[in-house]
Amino acid sequence: MQEMIKVVDLTKVFGTHKAVDGISFAVEPGEIFGLVGPNGAGKTTTLRMLTTLLTPTSGLGLIGGYDIVRQASEVRRLIGYVPQMLSVDGSLTGYENLLLFARLYDVPSGMRDRRIREVLSLLHLEEAAHSLVKTYSGGMIRKLEIGQAVLHFPKVLFLDEPTVGLDPVARRNVWDHIKSLRDKYNTTILVTTHYMDEAENMCNRLAIMHMGRIAAMGTPEELKRETNKDGATLEDVFAYFTGATIETGGTLRETARIRRTARRLG
Amino acid sequence: MKRPELEEQLEGWAKRPEWFKNMMERFVAIVVKSYAMAEMEVRKLRHDPTELLARSVQPILWLGIFGQAMSRTRAVPTGEFTYLEFLTPGILAQSVVFIAIFYGLSIIWERDMGVLQKFLVTPTPREALVLGKMISAGIRAVSQAIVVLLVAAVLRVRLRISIPVILGVIFVTMLGAAFFAGFSMIIASIVKTRERFMGIGQVITMPLFFASNALYPVSIMPDWLRLVAVINPLSYIVEALRSLLVTGDLVRLPLDICVLGLAALVVTAVSAFMYPKVVV
Repeated sequence: MQEMIKVVDLTKVFGTHKAVDGISFAVEPGEIFGLVGPNGAGKTTTLRMLTTLLTPTSGLGLIGGYDIVRQASEVRRLIGYVPQMLSVDGSLTGYENLLLFARLYDVPSGMRDRRIREVLSLLHLEEAAHSLVKTYSGGMIRKLEIGQAVLHFPKVLFLDEPTVGLDPVARRNVWDHIKSLRDKYNTTILVTTHYMDEAENMCNRLAIMHMGRIAAMGTPEELKRETNKDGATLEDVFAYFTGATIETGGTLRETARIRRTARRLG
Repeated sequence: MKRPELEEQLEGWAKRPEWFKNMMERFVAIVVKSYAMAEMEVRKLRHDPTELLARSVQPILWLGIFGQAMSRTRAVPTGEFTYLEFLTPGILAQSVVFIAIFYGLSIIWERDMGVLQKFLVTPTPREALVLGKMISAGIRAVSQAIVVLLVAAVLRVRLRISIPVILGVIFVTMLGAAFFAGFSMIIASIVKTRERFMGIGQVITMPLFFASNALYPVSIMPDWLRLVAVINPLSYIVEALRSLLVTGDLVRLPLDICVLGLAALVVTAVSAFMYPKVVV
């Protein structure tokens, strides 16, 4: 079967800083693939290139066979993207937030209402559909954001730190929904996270990113086996392959953003 | 029975070059999606109309205090019209432009939140994202225009109110607001942060206002200032509104509308190009 995502030697340079340094990987249809690593490892930059928000400095990226640079508009029809930051409009209702994106994603007008209702019930948001998003809880907002990104049945869904700032119950809830999307529609899912327990339990395969490079790649079990240590955790795996401990690096600006997001969501 | 002419015609249609079809498709997409964006703006206003009240304070101060006081001095030559009549279109234009010029802030805000990134990964032409915002600014501007006209009515300013005049005012207000909203989005995509944008916004708005014909006629300005007023788009909005609401002398109205329309088109193209750069 053809790979859904194929990345070869992808590089992004900001000034003199190599944010992403020649990474390569491929993701099969229906796979949940995790990019794991501390803030500043290049995960978000990778995601932004694959979602056509940033142009790569060099290298190749294909989504469903389309080139992310030369065939950007074909790529945009195939994908859904849930950014790390808050991406719903608080002064609109949940239904209206979905309606806007149904229109932007060219969901035919005859199907729009039915599709929006389907998504609302899939995410258990029917009751809150007509209240302003301002009044939603963090977990509900996250679900609505995912809803916006799947209205058009995307082949690939990109999620950037989908559970940052959520409480444990909401985190599990969000993951259940992500998995059900994969099970129902065979959606390919690429997710970034720095929560090692989530990466281990939820992803089929992982790529561990460190300073713009992929330090190791494989299923969680494979990665743990390679450390030759009994009862190894993913933290151990990270330390083994990168020689560093997983710790929030990140700049002041990033930290401020994450905190702000967490506060708004909470 | 076959109809050769019709078939020929159909074939001719099918043979239209690819670029033509692509262009038409793009055009339709721009119209449909700008509408989608703008329609949400109307819904937002409906959800929270208190904002309109808050924004009516400034025009009340300008007309109610500044206008009343200046009327007494009779220092400004306003011909056969009272100063308050002369001033009302000026204040209307000013309050509309001030709303529009801070519209760029909303794209920085949306960038910081993540909504903008989400818009950009949808298959939406960039022109539609920009135009949608410009029309949204226009809608807000019209609501503001209504507030100013109500204030003027309370102060018993004599204006030429009729259906065609109101339609004209709505059109000019939307066009002017669209231009300034597009302009401010260009600035936003250059400066990229809220703080810098606010700074620039403050620096621009006041000179824009004072170097226009909003408060006094161009004829009493020194030559250098008159030159500034002529290239100031705000002057064209004021002139158009004044001719509609006060003088009824519509000779220069087509020129005003052409200038504003052309400026809005240029700004749309430039900001559609600049807009995605705000992400980085």
